[in-house]
Amino acid sequence: MSDLLTIAGNTYSSRLLIGTGKYKDFDETREAIETSGAEIVTVAIRRTNIGQNADEPNLLDFISPDRYTILPNTAGCFSAEDAVRCCKLARELLDGHDLVKLEVLGDQKTLYPNITHTLKAARELIDDGFKVMVYTNDDPIVAKELEDMGCVAVMPLGSLIGSGLGILNPHNIRLILEEASVPIIVDAGVGTASDASLAMEMGCDGVLLNSAVAHANKPVLMASAMKKAIEAGREAFLAGRMPRKAYATASSPLDGISR
Amino acid sequence: MKLTVNGDTLQLDGTTIADLVSQLELTGRRLAVEVNREIIPKSEHGGYRLHDGDVVEIVHAIGGG
Repeated sequence: MSDLLTIAGNTYSSRLLIGTGKYKDFDETREAIETSGAEIVTVAIRRTNIGQNADEPNLLDFISPDRYTILPNTAGCFSAEDAVRCCKLARELLDGHDLVKLEVLGDQKTLYPNITHTLKAARELIDDGFKVMVYTNDDPIVAKELEDMGCVAVMPLGSLIGSGLGILNPHNIRLILEEASVPIIVDAGVGTASDASLAMEMGCDGVLLNSAVAHANKPVLMASAMKKAIEAGREAFLAGRMPRKAYATASSPLDGISR
Repeated sequence: MKLTVNGDTLQLDGTTIADLVSQLELTGRRLAVEVNREIIPKSEHGGYRLHDGDVVEIVHAIGGG
């Protein structure tokens, strides 16, 4: 069955998008990401350490842009200006690659998105030709506004970044899904496989996660679990679940029982 | 000339961005360079002359969510 995720005209067979942060080393990063089956991989853009040894390994030697769609992320930016600057640096770094994850944060404690700055940055980036996948809160009005502006994917949080609390307000995610005509990707909060499955069962187009795998006791095994969870959740969504009922309905015929 | 590179003061022996990148032993690395907050494309690194007091940012990709 062909069931592809389309983002900005490109198709992907995996609906799991994965981050590269917080792994033990680059070998673990590579193995976890390979195992996850993800095709879109987020990276951060940071100052190069000056005066470090020249043969220090480079993430992109392990996660090749030839093999993966690299999604530069503005994580760590707390203003529209910083986020736009980060995206421009990323585009130069990646030879004109214009697909970015926009994330403008509000404060250090919650890493909650600053929506006014997010809207401002999204507008500037879109006007500059970027294809913007945008991290946002689970407000359906804001999600729609970002879509109408031209974001190529809207990525509401399930819960706070790195919290592992799962999807705290599935009703809001559902409201966002009802109105969406771009991919909706749950980004942030996924803690374990069932959280990812739930997002997919609800009809989300994908899940972006990092800590759930990187901070698992066995990251590579959790990457495998997440791959299956996403696939299972997607198939369950496509299959259409049975209605919930308050009382039992027997699976076996009730007549013809020997008495 | 004296530059500020990623927040630190640095004495550059050459004149161009390519010279700076070479001095830092970063030649061939996947980098992006800003001079005074303006991105200078890779193709111009060899010819772009830096000036005393320029503020240079050099960035690369690292692990992140």
